[in-house]
Amino acid sequence: MRAIAKDRVAGTLGPLLVIALFLVGWQWYATHGGPGNDVLPPPSRVWEQGWAAHADLWANAIPTLRATLIGFALSLLIGFLLSVIVDSSRLVRRSVMPVLVVSQTLPLIVIAPLMILWFGFELMPKVLIVALVTFFPITVSLVEGYASADRDAETLLRSMGAGRMRIFRSLRFPSAMPYFFAGLRIAITYAVVAAIFAEYAGASEGLGIYMQLAKNSFRTDLVLAAVAVSALLTLILFGFTYVVERLTIPWLRLYRRAQASP
Amino acid sequence: MSAEENSIVTPRVAVNDLNQSFGELEVLRGLSLHANRGEFVTILGPSGSGKSTFFSVLTGATTPTSGDILVDGSPLSASGDHLAFMPQKDALFPWRRVLDNLTLGLEVQGVKRAQARERVRPLVPVFGLEGFEDAYPFELSGGMRQRAALLRTVVQERDVLLLDEPFGALDALTRTQMQAWLEKMWEEFRWTVLLITHDVREAVFLSDRIYVFSQRPATVVAEIDVPLPRPRTIDMVTDPIFAGIEAKLLKILLENPDMSGEM
Ligand SMILES: Nc1ncnc2c1ncn2[C@@H]1O[C@H](COP(=O)(O)OP(=O)(O)OP(=O)(O)O)[C@@H](O)[C@H]1O
Ligand SMILES: [Mg+2]
Repeated sequence: MRAIAKDRVAGTLGPLLVIALFLVGWQWYATHGGPGNDVLPPPSRVWEQGWAAHADLWANAIPTLRATLIGFALSLLIGFLLSVIVDSSRLVRRSVMPVLVVSQTLPLIVIAPLMILWFGFELMPKVLIVALVTFFPITVSLVEGYASADRDAETLLRSMGAGRMRIFRSLRFPSAMPYFFAGLRIAITYAVVAAIFAEYAGASEGLGIYMQLAKNSFRTDLVLAAVAVSALLTLILFGFTYVVERLTIPWLRLYRRAQASP
Repeated sequence: MSAEENSIVTPRVAVNDLNQSFGELEVLRGLSLHANRGEFVTILGPSGSGKSTFFSVLTGATTPTSGDILVDGSPLSASGDHLAFMPQKDALFPWRRVLDNLTLGLEVQGVKRAQARERVRPLVPVFGLEGFEDAYPFELSGGMRQRAALLRTVVQERDVLLLDEPFGALDALTRTQMQAWLEKMWEEFRWTVLLITHDVREAVFLSDRIYVFSQRPATVVAEIDVPLPRPRTIDMVTDPIFAGIEAKLLKILLENPDMSGEM
């Protein structure tokens, strides 16, 4: 019990310490003969100016967050449907999987402007780009999770008279949940960045466009402030996956602890 | 032949000349055996001989290369809804609480969850699981897990129980306790049981009849009656009949030549 508490303290303090050291070093360098505020403002200035512009930043964070969340919801739906399709037979897996892999090799720098061209400056292209960037880890983790289902358990269900659907619902899908959440966390770390990238390629509002405008007027401090906001959004979403995990599969934490203890 | 006479003659489960290969690998060869109504029959065989494969054919999870399986004289239907199976590893689902694991078979059969729970509940104390209904399976001791897995098998109210090494993973003391407990349960419920084990003492202690399997490809090399009275008790293991059968089985297992040709 005490070891767990200790671990937790170390787990929180460790990264905070690293970040603090990094900021101190940066501050010192930027104020002692660094390249100047236009190129590398000190963190204190980023904070001041960012705070001064917080209403603006917030107003632009909202559309980014909206694109991220809607895109991610779409990604979950597509990711799940694809996982079921890929899982349905070996032949389908062999023919669909390479296509999915290729979809991940498409250069976003080309895709994003095309999406804008096709779907305009509104929400749609951003949502699609977020989905494109994030569905893959979700699909892969689900497919691997299905495959992790216990063979004995499957024989057991068969002996009870279960069909394919029942085996999927009662065994393969629940077996995949720990894998799914691992994939979900990978996917969510890309989601905000993808939305910002899409905005960068063309938008009327959002953190991406805010960064672009700030950059064009040499307000590096505001660019960095917007970066900090986007990192914060990602961190919040990341943390949220743990909340959802704990609510939907409460057994996993207990199971891991039971596996670790003896 | 009257129906009653028929039921006396016809074994509950009969397996005739069953063969099973996985590609090149021959696992079951000309396997024939039977179990009568309310009989406790054990399959004793070396590790890797094909015992679990035999059960997987019986449950319908694997389609045999050839051979007949008859339940009460008629061919085993594809749905296999006469046999209740307990796998070698307990295969309790970690995401289901104990009670929900117990009702799994009934749920698959289409019984409503609430109704399934009502049917399982009276048996929970009988199987020594009282107070653990809401625990997760990984919070139980090894013996309790096996009892839960057995209860999950029993509540399906199928004609025959297929138990694949139910106590294989337990320590020696718990295993002995569980054997005594299973014997007591069997006295009460008189299920038709097919049990797999490679524990000779367990086989003698629990069974009415024992089939000994060869090494892979598995075939029946001996069929031995256990004429010990019921109920069986732990002190019977020193009974000369018990010891004699045990010695005989060990001899068969040790002397049985390796049929696959390797040592
Ligand atoms: N689906 C399958 N495909 C290919 N080979 C299989 C399959 N199922 C079982 N086998 C093989 O059949 C042989 C017998 O396996 P089985 O699990 O039936 O043995 P067992 O007698 O139950 O062993 P144990 O005592 O260790 O449980 C093994 O060599 C195994 O690799
Ligand atoms: Mg086995």
